[in-house]
Amino acid sequence: MSTLPTALPTAQSEAPRPTRGRGSSMREWRLLDRIVLGAAWAAGLGLCLITGAIVLYMGVRGFQYLRPDLLVSRPLIAEDGSVSGGILDPLIGTAVLTAIGLVVALPLAVCSAAWIIEYGRPSWFARLVESAIEIVAGTPDIVIAIVGIAVFQLGVLAPLSSRSPTGVVTGTSFIAAGLTMSLIALPPIYTATRDGLQAVPAHMREAAFALGKTRIATIRRVLIPSVRSNIATGTTLGISRIVGDTAIVVIVLGETLRNEPLNSTPILGFLRGTGSTLTSYVFDNSPAGEGKAADKAYAAAFVLLMFVLLLNIVVGRISRRQAHSSGFQAGGGRT
Amino acid sequence: MDLPQVTSPLARLRQPWSDRRAELSLGAASLLVCLIVVGMVVFVAVHAWPTIEHNGGFAWLGSGGDLDSQLQRMFETGPHPAASAYHLRAWPVIYGTLLTTSIALLIALPLALLSSIFIVEFAPAALRRVMVPVVRLLASVPSVIYGLIGILVLVPFVGNHLITGAQKTSVQDTVELTGASLLVASVVLAVMITPIMVALISEALSGVPASWREGAMALGVHRLRATLAVSLKAIRPAIVAAAALACARALGEAIMIFMVSGSRSFTPNLDHGPLIFLYEPLRTLASVIVDNKEGFGGSPAVNSTLYAFGLLLLLSAIALSICSYLIKLPLRRYQLK
Repeated sequence: MSTLPTALPTAQSEAPRPTRGRGSSMREWRLLDRIVLGAAWAAGLGLCLITGAIVLYMGVRGFQYLRPDLLVSRPLIAEDGSVSGGILDPLIGTAVLTAIGLVVALPLAVCSAAWIIEYGRPSWFARLVESAIEIVAGTPDIVIAIVGIAVFQLGVLAPLSSRSPTGVVTGTSFIAAGLTMSLIALPPIYTATRDGLQAVPAHMREAAFALGKTRIATIRRVLIPSVRSNIATGTTLGISRIVGDTAIVVIVLGETLRNEPLNSTPILGFLRGTGSTLTSYVFDNSPAGEGKAADKAYAAAFVLLMFVLLLNIVVGRISRRQAHSSGFQAGGGRT
Repeated sequence: MDLPQVTSPLARLRQPWSDRRAELSLGAASLLVCLIVVGMVVFVAVHAWPTIEHNGGFAWLGSGGDLDSQLQRMFETGPHPAASAYHLRAWPVIYGTLLTTSIALLIALPLALLSSIFIVEFAPAALRRVMVPVVRLLASVPSVIYGLIGILVLVPFVGNHLITGAQKTSVQDTVELTGASLLVASVVLAVMITPIMVALISEALSGVPASWREGAMALGVHRLRATLAVSLKAIRPAIVAAAALACARALGEAIMIFMVSGSRSFTPNLDHGPLIFLYEPLRTLASVIVDNKEGFGGSPAVNSTLYAFGLLLLLSAIALSICSYLIKLPLRRYQLK
């Protein structure tokens, strides 16, 4: 199989003649082809420009409106109904939701991935699981949100969420929203783990079996450690989906400006209460919401975008390190 | 085997697991995932049932009347609505959803194709190294940020600079053109779904064996022609599948569309002329759900209506992911992924 980079042939065919490089060969192309090539360049550079413009614009607005004290002060509602104060509550809300979502999604996704690669019998059931996760991945977050609120309005689950002043179960709380969020974080973690496990060479399993390890011991001590970086990539993607989601927060978290604990019970009261996250804060303070404080919306959106940017850099770092390391580093030296 | 009796559950977990138990517990996690999906469909369907039942099957998908006033009436019917209170004609929002989605796809598909070709075949190595993370970032920008930029930058721009006064007065009896429009919604939506398609298409494109293209080039065509004629043709199913997934994403986009589309129950009317058509506000299934979220607690009629919209979205998302799976089947034969 030829491993020559495909970029070479045109340049090589030009080599005998004195040329001015690649450009001169393209001058012989038909007009239509040159237009298509130009369009491809324009499209590629256009995507870069759009991304650059978004980041730059949000950066400028962020520096304009974000003051350090905003990060540590709580939101307030001024007399005229507009929003002032800081974004401490949304920051806490985002962190809490991410934590709850991950605590549920991570084990569920890793276990399902391990089962499907290492056991996967009966195969019709394995196919069913695969398609189930594909469906979750393709379901719009707004639909997941309305499923969430329907589930947590059930009488049985009432202890997990808030009540309206009249005593009706609203189905909105940090627990409800966090558990709903776990559904949107599940597919990326599952896919990354599954792909990682699939790429582990068979001889690693065979070596472990030869040492008398059981299947599950192999999974726990050899396979999972060797796909740690895949799991990390998937988890980061999952976090960025949770951090960036608005629909679930707006519907299942109740979208109150401040985090409103249900009662004075230290932790449980908070988790059963309603609250806000960065996304719902931006949404509320945009002209589409009620707060009508565009400067606050910009400040919070800037923080949000920085989070997403950071998570992206982390994903890039992890996958680059993975590419550099030659194959699998005899993962799980603890066997 | 005189092991000391272990009582603490944590200590029991540290003990070597038997394989049988491990398989069962890992399988249970997978079963849970399946049950969640089944539960999802069941929950939405059960909640949507009153609307379907009281509107006689599929009549609620049709047109007739103003959706806003229908919802208003439902809010007023209180906690025990009569069967007639469920009256719903949802065509305006279905039309709005189809309109935004198809225009966004029309913009995004060529853009995604061209930029995938660019990334895989033509970008200089340095640029390619930049483009991959750029596309990933564009895909992960939260929709609320797109919405914020849309409503604070694009909507005023369209309203103040693109729409002329004459255009505003020509339709002022039916609708007010503020800039929150089909145009902004579709363009922003296109920007949101392009990176999804670029990721899928460029992955498929780079999976095409180099020898296929080299064969074409050995016959004397240049690189672009070889890419278009061989690689692109080989991955046609992947392109359709990518478009289907992007379509599912576009159908369900709620927050951004809610922010930039004006969210009025108005259907853009081609009779006003193609440009004004693009400048007119509209509503989509998902944005109506966001707009009427108070209905989830109080009014059963509104509640059921919103779940009926959710059911439409869920079923079309499922149908689209099944489609994209079936379309990609032939690719497996060539191990093109």
